[in-house]
Amino acid sequence: MTSFLSANAELIITIVKIALLLFIVLTANAYLTWFERKVVAHIQSRWGPHRVGPHGLLQPLADGAKFLFKEDPTPAGVDKFVYHLAPLLALTLALTAIAIIPFGPNPIRLFGHDIYLGIASPDLNIGILALFAITALGVYGVALAGWSSNSKYPLMGGLRSSAQMISYELALTMSVVGVLLMAGTFNLRDIIKAQAGPGIFGWPGIFGWNIWPQLLGFFCFFVAAIAETNRAPFDLPEAEQELVAGFNTEYASFKFAMFFIAEYTSMITVSCLCSIMFFGGWLSPFPDTWTFTHYLPSAILIAFGLWVIWDGIRYETILGRIMLPGLGTAIAGLGAVFVLFPGVNEFIQGPFWLLSKIFIFLFVYVWMRGTLPRFRYDQLMAFGWKLLLPASIVNVITTSFVILKWGAK
Amino acid sequence: MVPTNYYIILSAILFGLGVFAFIFKRNIITIFMSIELMLNAVNLAFVAFSQALGKLDGQVFVLFVIVVAAAEAAVGLGIIILIARNRQSLNVERVDLLKL
Amino acid sequence: MTPQLAVFFVLAALAVAGAISLILQKHPIHSALSLIVVMVALAGLYLLLGAEFVAAVQIIVYGGAIMVLFVFVIMLLNAGVEEHTSISKMAGGPGLLLVVALGGFIAATIARSSESVQAAEQTGTLSSTRGISSMIFKDFVYPFELTSFLILVAILGATVLAQREKS
Repeated sequence: MTSFLSANAELIITIVKIALLLFIVLTANAYLTWFERKVVAHIQSRWGPHRVGPHGLLQPLADGAKFLFKEDPTPAGVDKFVYHLAPLLALTLALTAIAIIPFGPNPIRLFGHDIYLGIASPDLNIGILALFAITALGVYGVALAGWSSNSKYPLMGGLRSSAQMISYELALTMSVVGVLLMAGTFNLRDIIKAQAGPGIFGWPGIFGWNIWPQLLGFFCFFVAAIAETNRAPFDLPEAEQELVAGFNTEYASFKFAMFFIAEYTSMITVSCLCSIMFFGGWLSPFPDTWTFTHYLPSAILIAFGLWVIWDGIRYETILGRIMLPGLGTAIAGLGAVFVLFPGVNEFIQGPFWLLSKIFIFLFVYVWMRGTLPRFRYDQLMAFGWKLLLPASIVNVITTSFVILKWGAK
Repeated sequence: MVPTNYYIILSAILFGLGVFAFIFKRNIITIFMSIELMLNAVNLAFVAFSQALGKLDGQVFVLFVIVVAAAEAAVGLGIIILIARNRQSLNVERVDLLKL
Repeated sequence: MTPQLAVFFVLAALAVAGAISLILQKHPIHSALSLIVVMVALAGLYLLLGAEFVAAVQIIVYGGAIMVLFVFVIMLLNAGVEEHTSISKMAGGPGLLLVVALGGFIAATIARSSESVQAAEQTGTLSSTRGISSMIFKDFVYPFELTSFLILVAILGATVLAQREKS
């Protein structure tokens, strides 16, 4: 038994990593929906999910149960194979994209094997290109869903949505070329390493990140990515007032949930990409010489845990008075563990900064949804082709000119 | 390592299937897709030989073939749309006379 | 049976199954989906051959752009199930014979060649992307610029073809 394990160790480690990451991503999706509803509600001066569990924290569970138990009809006249394939395709592609992202610099040493955080092996030489390949295939989920539903609103929504995705895909890939020119590689880990040195004006830490030399590239990338994931303000193809629900009109319960999960997972992927390529990934914004900042993650966790306990003690419902202090104790305990074990503390620095940057980007996504009005479809296409694509090309030309003259700055 | 012969035989099989689809199918779009299948089979042969000889020329040629296929697909599909508009049919046997 | 050989057989079977499905399906959208399966399988084979950049480009350009174009056209033209007339059935038999003869000829030639081309080790020390880019911009720069011109011509041609008639 043990010899079988040690012979196929790589395979087993990868399978365990995949299962763990799948679980984490799906839970993150569920609570991302909760987060979005709460934030949009607070922007609109109301409360959002409030009743189901303390602060509506059990709302995603209720939603999941609803999706599982709702009736799942198949409309008449649909192309059965394509109708069932489309949500599966969208979900598979969205989840596959998460496999390429590295979550931490240092491997864990377990039983003599190096376990890297992130499913793709440490030297995936075409990291970012593989991500673009998966994004390029993501158009099919939408287009096939719209077409196979045998109805005019989904067809229009599907065609518009896929045309939008194709148009913004060009701007997406071009806006990243500046970063790739500076880093000299497609490998995501090396892109982060290239941001570690002293940056603009020779200042360390946050000034080494790619956002300073690549500001235009970052804005092009972020806007193109929002259009690519069909989120507000580019969500005309799935807006309620315009096209019923666009390409997923005819999909009910579980298949709709699959599209939903695919959309939120691609949001998470884009946030990961933004933080990795433009904001230094797992690098701390403070210079490496300030070692006292290594206690910042634990400090934040302990403070947050204590606040949750204090909020929970005086909560209205009894369930809240039990759950919230428990949650707060868990969070504060986690922070205390990091303080007490320096080895774990060193290990957790990278993932902590990456996760906080991802969280900030997700917040910006949700913030934009709650604040900005929608683009009309022709405005959207004009914006993509006439403004964003030339801007990203200008970025590439400027970056290559600067690199030729002054070396990889 | 997989012997290069296997790749070439696979490429030949795919090419043959593409030729058969080209002869047998009646829908213009499917015929066009069989052309793409043939181009893909040729690409596979290019890359297999590139790896066997240890040079990268084959892969550069594959890039050119892909670009040419893209250009051809764009223009070809435009022509197909025009044919479909004029003849109201996608069956290639209805397009066998110069006169409408 | 090394793992590489096993992966090769799986991907090759997938590619051939996709090609056969392209022939046997009645609706063009199903043929298009089968062709996408063939392309993804071929991308996997390119990865097995160590051509990672070409594999990524294959999926991005072929699978993500050209086939999307095909799928769009099939949707827009509302292509239905195709019918087979007597001519096509007549052409099926000789066509099959021709294909078998062609394939058999190529396979026999390869199998009988005494000095079969053996697989070399990994291509050089340059990574695939660096090698290809240095070749494109140094040795093959003229064909490269010509292809960009070709794409421009294709874009113009497609735009002109798709215009409505000015009546």
